[in-house]
Amino acid sequence: MIEVKNVTKSFDDKTVLFDINATFQTGKTNLIIGQSGSGKTVLMKSLVGLLRPEKGQILFDGRNTLDMSPEQMKELRKEIGMLFQGSALFDSETVLGNVMFPLIMFTDMSRGEIRDRAMFCLERVNLQGAENKYPSEISGGMQKRAAIARAIALNPKYLFCDEPNSGLDPKTSIVIDELLSDITHEYNITTVINTHDMNSVLGIGENIIFIYKGHREWVGNMKEIFATTSEALNDFVFATDLFQEVKDYILAHGFTAKGAARRN
Amino acid sequence: MPVYEFFRTFASNRLNDSVLFVFIAAKFEQKMIFIDSLATFGKYCLFTKRVFSIPDRWAVFGKRTVGEVSKLGIDSIPLVLVISVFIGAVIAIQMQLNTTSPLIPAYSVGLATRDIVLLEFSNSILCLILAGKVGSNIASEIGTMRVTEQIDALEIMGVNSANYLVLPKIVAFVLFMPILVILCMGTSIVGGYLVAVFTDIITVSKYVYGLQAMFIEWYVWYGLIKSLFFAFIIASVASFYGYYVKGGALDVGKASTDGVVSSSILILLFDVILTKLLLQ
Repeated sequence: MIEVKNVTKSFDDKTVLFDINATFQTGKTNLIIGQSGSGKTVLMKSLVGLLRPEKGQILFDGRNTLDMSPEQMKELRKEIGMLFQGSALFDSETVLGNVMFPLIMFTDMSRGEIRDRAMFCLERVNLQGAENKYPSEISGGMQKRAAIARAIALNPKYLFCDEPNSGLDPKTSIVIDELLSDITHEYNITTVINTHDMNSVLGIGENIIFIYKGHREWVGNMKEIFATTSEALNDFVFATDLFQEVKDYILAHGFTAKGAARRN
Repeated sequence: MPVYEFFRTFASNRLNDSVLFVFIAAKFEQKMIFIDSLATFGKYCLFTKRVFSIPDRWAVFGKRTVGEVSKLGIDSIPLVLVISVFIGAVIAIQMQLNTTSPLIPAYSVGLATRDIVLLEFSNSILCLILAGKVGSNIASEIGTMRVTEQIDALEIMGVNSANYLVLPKIVAFVLFMPILVILCMGTSIVGGYLVAVFTDIITVSKYVYGLQAMFIEWYVWYGLIKSLFFAFIIASVASFYGYYVKGGALDVGKASTDGVVSSSILILLFDVILTKLLLQ
């Protein structure tokens, strides 16, 4: 479990996060949602230690990252996997080389064991057969899956995903969402996903935190979001007529969406 | 608006005080540039400290260093050879054309070609050329990794990205630079020799005699020592500019240019310092 307590982050004299409190639960897909510029990426970068908040606490199972020494932080990072918006695969390495990288750097496994583990991760994300290709030779969806394979190679306790569906078609987005959800439940990982994709919100949002202008505006799950009284959240999630109609339908007939029902 | 521009605009509205204001503005701007330069130097020192830490995995470091030797060193050999042979030939021709006095012996063409190559061309000028090729390569590669979040990915994994990416480049380039310098020395002298062989402006025997006359071995060491410093400057400064890129493709291009310009200026500065220290 990751707890965020009273986190405030500023850049020069512009405050981007105001006193954020949130809990990201283990074994659940935790979503941070919000408009562009709302501060959700800053929150995620603060969580993973790429940015340092001025105030507050970030507790990874009780361990405050803001009090950690660089060595302690380095140890913690071995428990963290991250999927970047642009995949961030190493161009000079093959898909297999990318997945093997954290294993080579941080384990004492033999070359054969590393290869086996990497192949297992690639099979887990249905990328067998693409292991010898370079990132530039595969599609965006495959790159995301390769990045997920790399992120789970070290059996992380915490998985962070920054806009995993950006630049993907709706069908591939659903594949990525389901993969992240399945991995979260299968390995009991604390997964934090930063997104503004409404399909993800309504499909895999087990614990949703809505950031609005740097403030935590709302917390709930994909069922509760339909009954929200937050005007900002309503405007954000149900921005289109179609989503508004979906909301009205759900409120009238109950939450029976197939994919969501399967996970609840 | 830059401070200097502000003062100049302000001064233009008050003609009587304009000279004073422009003077103050210029001084203020100079001070700001000085402070910025100091801040950049401090950042570079901290970056270098991160680079020169113990690698997480020596085997990975070794493998990457070998790869960088190939990419930065061996791939530069054709450029070095082509430039050296032509510049060597040009130096020989220029020397002949500019030493027409009967008081200057004919063999001085070979002697001057050799000394120019050993003292300046094979190290300083070659490194200025390599700052363009290798420096832009390093800055754009690391800069692209920065803007595509590959460096963030390394950091989140717990890898010291500066050490992992930059140290192999510096070590590889510094180790390989003497080889490039020796190749440059040899090829440049061959360039001059080819002029002697294929033209009638100097005889081969006089050119070869000139090459051997009054030879000072220290000049070779002097060139090699200088080149080590220059290799370090090229690799570290270009890496520094690439590593701290913010933005997108345009910024990577700008960082690449800044890296080349800064390393070229530093090479010239250290050329003066090292020449003073090593030759006097």
